[in-house]
Amino acid sequence: MNRRPPNPLERLRAHLGRRPALRGYLLLSPTLGLVGALMCIPILAMGVMSFWQQTGHMSFDMSGTLQNYVEALTRDMYRVLFLRSLGIAGLTTLATVVMAFPLAYFIAFYVKRHKMVWIILVTLPFWTSYLLRVFAWKVILGYNGAVNSGLMALGVIGEPLTFLMYNPIAVVITLTHAWATVAILPIYVSLEKIDRSVLEAATDLGDSPFMRFIRVVLPLALPGILAASVLIFIPTVGDYVTPSLVGGSDGYMIANVIQFQFSRGSNWPSGAAISLTSMTIVAVLVAVFAWSARRLSGRKS
Amino acid sequence: MNRNMKLAARILGTYAVIYVAYLYLPVLFLPLFSFNDSIYISFPLRGWTLKWYQIMLANEALHRALMNSLKVGITTALISTVLGILGARAVTRYRLPGQKPVVGVIMLPLVVPEIILAMALLILILRLGGSLGLVSIAAGHILVCVPFAMVVLMSRFEGFDRSLEEASHDLGENAWWTFWRVTFPNVLPGIVASLLLTFTISFDEFIMAFFLGSTNPTLPVFMWNQLRFPKLLPGVLALGACILIASVFIVLLAEWFRRRNNSDAQTGDMIIG
Repeated sequence: MNRRPPNPLERLRAHLGRRPALRGYLLLSPTLGLVGALMCIPILAMGVMSFWQQTGHMSFDMSGTLQNYVEALTRDMYRVLFLRSLGIAGLTTLATVVMAFPLAYFIAFYVKRHKMVWIILVTLPFWTSYLLRVFAWKVILGYNGAVNSGLMALGVIGEPLTFLMYNPIAVVITLTHAWATVAILPIYVSLEKIDRSVLEAATDLGDSPFMRFIRVVLPLALPGILAASVLIFIPTVGDYVTPSLVGGSDGYMIANVIQFQFSRGSNWPSGAAISLTSMTIVAVLVAVFAWSARRLSGRKS
Repeated sequence: MNRNMKLAARILGTYAVIYVAYLYLPVLFLPLFSFNDSIYISFPLRGWTLKWYQIMLANEALHRALMNSLKVGITTALISTVLGILGARAVTRYRLPGQKPVVGVIMLPLVVPEIILAMALLILILRLGGSLGLVSIAAGHILVCVPFAMVVLMSRFEGFDRSLEEASHDLGENAWWTFWRVTFPNVLPGIVASLLLTFTISFDEFIMAFFLGSTNPTLPVFMWNQLRFPKLLPGVLALGACILIASVFIVLLAEWFRRRNNSDAQTGDMIIG
């Protein structure tokens, strides 16, 4: 008589009590659900649309065709933009990593006190407006910009140099500066993790500082270098702000054509196909890069 | 050997100073020219003036853009931090099967080019018959900010001593009160840091705001629209200088909260996740 059947809520609670993983996922579900709703579903929708054909303003032929992908992969203009974007992102990645490495090395091995001050100093610009950091280079490299007007005021040049801006090199210079701060932390963390006694062991076994660097430090820093490269390469391939501000028509990248297809070009399915094609190309390149770097370091040890 | 070390330290130290100068100097051109008494952004400087700041402050459209950015930024900060708390709590407290790929998916917006995320959202919103405006911008910003909130809060949840929670439980508090009286005060600095950082990201974000916005722009989009008119450039510089100073202040504050009583927190967690 006095034994009431447990109500559903209590049953659920008891069930969850026995299944901590389920409770964890329940707790995670709003976050995961939001990322699903705002990223996964939209990208699926983009995938579906990439097989359509635009027939008019916001009207589509939904019968399904591969035509957009054929065009994305075969039209010369797209090929030029793909290759240029990959080249610019590759150069930017190389430049940022090579420039950041000595600094990360310095902070990890030579700064004894106030490490945190250095870390904050080099990461602070990351949080400031990306648009403004890029815009600064327009002010510097422009026709009447800081470099040209400065050199003219000093009498070094008679008229403004026109090769400073509106070309792929200006895009690389600007991107390298804008992403510099992203490269330092991953490399620093991997260097900081190196067990100092391993370095002493290498020295005791007769390695010169140079050989020690090549055979011990560099392989152990590889995960950080890889992380930095991926974190810079992927977003810079698809960057829109920098090519638009300092690239000019010679420095346009794939994001510019994606933007065009979704606005004035008014061919959304084509824009979707180009977006997904570039994402796939980048993912494959990154996977191959990570795989070969890992093999390379695996062989060394 | 020792002399080699000293030489290396000197060379690397010099390099580090040059590198920091390289990071900061280009950006400092913006405030420099914002005080220059000339419509042209070029050397030689013509003398100091505050008139670009006055012109900027008097601009009504700028006030609206600022209000839009504040609305979007505060909404984004609140929602993405709450989602970050739930997510960080789930992955640090429970051992979830398949945790790595799941966290990987949540972190994915960090590496997918923003223009692709923006266009995908644009397709979905317009196909579902939604309209563009501050709400769609905030949706895009939340997507971009959740990974950052997760990373900040995960390190905070990991840094704090689990036995405190167990002690509270043993002393008879239920899970809800344990969370409010033990867990929450301990992770509060992380929560404040997450609020500040996600607000800054949203406040400065351009791509989502540009493609998912209507004709009622946020501050970065307002600035972008002004760039087309050379006459307005000095005002943009003045605005940019103000935004830079505000960002630096907010981020330093966030860092202060993040580091407080948390000396064992990882240093590289901010960006590599």
